[in-house]
Amino acid sequence: MENLTMAPDAMVADNPRIGVYVCRCGLNIAQTVDCAKVAQWAAGLEGVAVSKEVTYACSEPGQMEMIADIAENGLNRIVVASCSPRLHEPTFRQMMKKAGLNPFMMEMANLREQCSWVHMQDREAATAKAKDLVKMAVARVSLLWPLTEQVVPLIKRTLVIGGGVAGIQAALDLADNGYEVVMVEKNPSIGGVMAQLDKTFPTMDCSI
Amino acid sequence: MADVGRHPKITLHTLSEVAEVKGFVGNFTVRIVKKARYVDASACAACGECAKACPVVYPDEFNAGLSSRRAIFMPFPQAVPSAYAINMNECLGNGCSKCSDACDKKCIHFHMSDEDFQVTVGSIIVATGLEPYDPREMDEYGYTRYENILTSLELERMVNAGGPTKGELIRPTDRKQPKSVGFIQCVGSRSHKKGGSYCSNICCMNTIKSTLVLKEHYPDLEIKVFYIDIRAFGKGFEDLYNRSRRLGVQYIRGLPGNVAERDGGGLRVAVENTGAGRIEYHDLDMLVLALGIRPASGTQKLQEMMGLQLTSDGFFLEAHPKLQPVDAATRGIFYAGCAEGPKDIKESVTQGSAAAGRAIRLMHRGVITTEPITAEVMAEHCVSCGRCAVVCPYNAITVDVKKKTPAVVNTAACAGCGTCAAECAFGAIVMNHSTDDQIISQVDALLADHPWEKILAFACNWCSYAGADFAGVSRLQYPANVRLIRTMCSGRVNEKFIWHAFSKGAPVVLVSGCHIGDCHYIDANHWTEKRIQKLHQKMEKAGIRPERLRLEWISAAEGVRFAQVMKEMELLRKSVTDAEIAETVRILEEGKKVKGQRPKAED
Repeated sequence: MENLTMAPDAMVADNPRIGVYVCRCGLNIAQTVDCAKVAQWAAGLEGVAVSKEVTYACSEPGQMEMIADIAENGLNRIVVASCSPRLHEPTFRQMMKKAGLNPFMMEMANLREQCSWVHMQDREAATAKAKDLVKMAVARVSLLWPLTEQVVPLIKRTLVIGGGVAGIQAALDLADNGYEVVMVEKNPSIGGVMAQLDKTFPTMDCSI
Repeated sequence: MADVGRHPKITLHTLSEVAEVKGFVGNFTVRIVKKARYVDASACAACGECAKACPVVYPDEFNAGLSSRRAIFMPFPQAVPSAYAINMNECLGNGCSKCSDACDKKCIHFHMSDEDFQVTVGSIIVATGLEPYDPREMDEYGYTRYENILTSLELERMVNAGGPTKGELIRPTDRKQPKSVGFIQCVGSRSHKKGGSYCSNICCMNTIKSTLVLKEHYPDLEIKVFYIDIRAFGKGFEDLYNRSRRLGVQYIRGLPGNVAERDGGGLRVAVENTGAGRIEYHDLDMLVLALGIRPASGTQKLQEMMGLQLTSDGFFLEAHPKLQPVDAATRGIFYAGCAEGPKDIKESVTQGSAAAGRAIRLMHRGVITTEPITAEVMAEHCVSCGRCAVVCPYNAITVDVKKKTPAVVNTAACAGCGTCAAECAFGAIVMNHSTDDQIISQVDALLADHPWEKILAFACNWCSYAGADFAGVSRLQYPANVRLIRTMCSGRVNEKFIWHAFSKGAPVVLVSGCHIGDCHYIDANHWTEKRIQKLHQKMEKAGIRPERLRLEWISAAEGVRFAQVMKEMELLRKSVTDAEIAETVRILEEGKKVKGQRPKAED
């Protein structure tokens, strides 16, 4: 296992101290899921040191609360049970960094897009599902290990596919900022559909 | 436009198309095929002598076919680059050579050939634009039958001072100035039968603009606009609409049901005027069809090539409709203009600038951090079978099968799909942040109590999980006993996860991923498909009903489909009896019967 990016951290590996934050998202989650109940129940899960209900996990106060808890309670893993990780995973990874933890020691449970919003007629079943989703996230976060992002060189050049008005604007903005641009246009001239227009609204001036 | 042609930082390739995109954010390698122009663009002075000499006449695309051009042509006077080009499919070839004889600069070269080359870039902006709706499909308006019906684009060319009639509005049949013109809105838009079901955004304002242009030149012209709603929602738009009405343009609410030609080329429009509540007939000299916007023709090809997603309308799907409106889900790729959805010039320009801003934000540091979700080989377990290298879509794994050296992963090239780890029969590959143990811990957690009530669904991050999110955003309700496990790719789903789930009493298991051709990891989902087929055979053999394992392709835009599949899974779950689950658990506990249930190293 010596070539794994896993950072050996005995404390982290031996003693998971997990913080669980069940987000109400105003009423987006709370109107369907009994968030307080879920948080209270999650406190009893293995490795969970802190479990709370929060109004908006992504808000500044929400994040500050987590950061304070991490420092006070020596938390080393966080479960945020809120919206889709496709929306806020980067937010909470940043929070982890701010708190001095590895950003990959955080797991999200999707209680909004995949629970409260799709089971609006059944509070009991949605709450039961929320518990399961939190439990799954706690199980997973207990087994996560720290990872380090790799830094690789980048080519400061942009390909713009299409030479219509949008492509032209993008290419000029990039080029004027000093970036090289390669523009590919399938027709013999750039200009796109815009070039065919006589006058354009709302200014009623020429297109070219 | 001209600025693009002369900007020192911009390399312009016209008559070119992207043939292949490889690599990842910060380091894309793009193959471009550039068709021969047969004219040296740097030497051409655009004098036009060549076109005067050319004997071959074709319809002029730029003027929407209302005029003609030669086989050697310049698309329009302000074209960039300012150079002629030969369409070789039309040209008579070397035997004719009249153009090159007429060319003083000697810049016409029949021997030019297509070029095929590569460029490396850090980011990509997709601005592939639109295609106007083809109204031939919707022939109740008679576009293919009656000459005095124009499309909005044809009208646009006709009223242009540089156009085929030098800006004169004339009827095609008698070349006389019409006394009345009608506009039919929503041609190819807002219809579930023909064209798109969406609003094309620009046609209302384009028609209003055209009425103003026409009224400016012909104050006495009678103009009637047949519409469903007038959508003049942008800044300054309502003013233009009011101006048009003040100038006497009549707006009649209702789309015509039928158009018939009268003697002399006039047109009779039958319409239910829903404002007045009656059927009306309007006799007009000319009609204009306000065409909707369709995705550009090459959209799907590009989407497959780059592993991007489309909405159900066929336009590119952004990473988030509000918060990341110009980002693709794939890092380093951005959208601008109508490629992402119908929009007007102002919005296209705004989005072009936004895409440039996002690309600069990504590139300005000169380095990029990559997600450490990559595969690693545990050399001591590797038997050098080479399977991982075969299935890797990125050729990121090297293994010398003959010399029996363990596999090595090039982490820079690894995109993190996890197919190698799923295919390794020896448990020798660890997927960082998506290890077997991490995934199985989720399976165990969800099946810990009342497993017979649960539906376990694996969903890939890019399509199916996003489709589930879309179902949520759309508030589509489905059974609450579904539990999703997110994997980066459906290719990550190791068969042992599935055996494990069934052995823990799972009634049903769903594996879901991107549609074939749409895989975010080139073609990793082919291996998912093969794996599930094999699993079905093994289940059959072992005496477990194969239907209990289901494979579905669900895209990021298919929220409705996601909810539907979940309802079907619930019906399937209800068909599985307690006795059947117990029998499955018993079969799997005996273990030996089912190959692949555990890594070979453990057997």
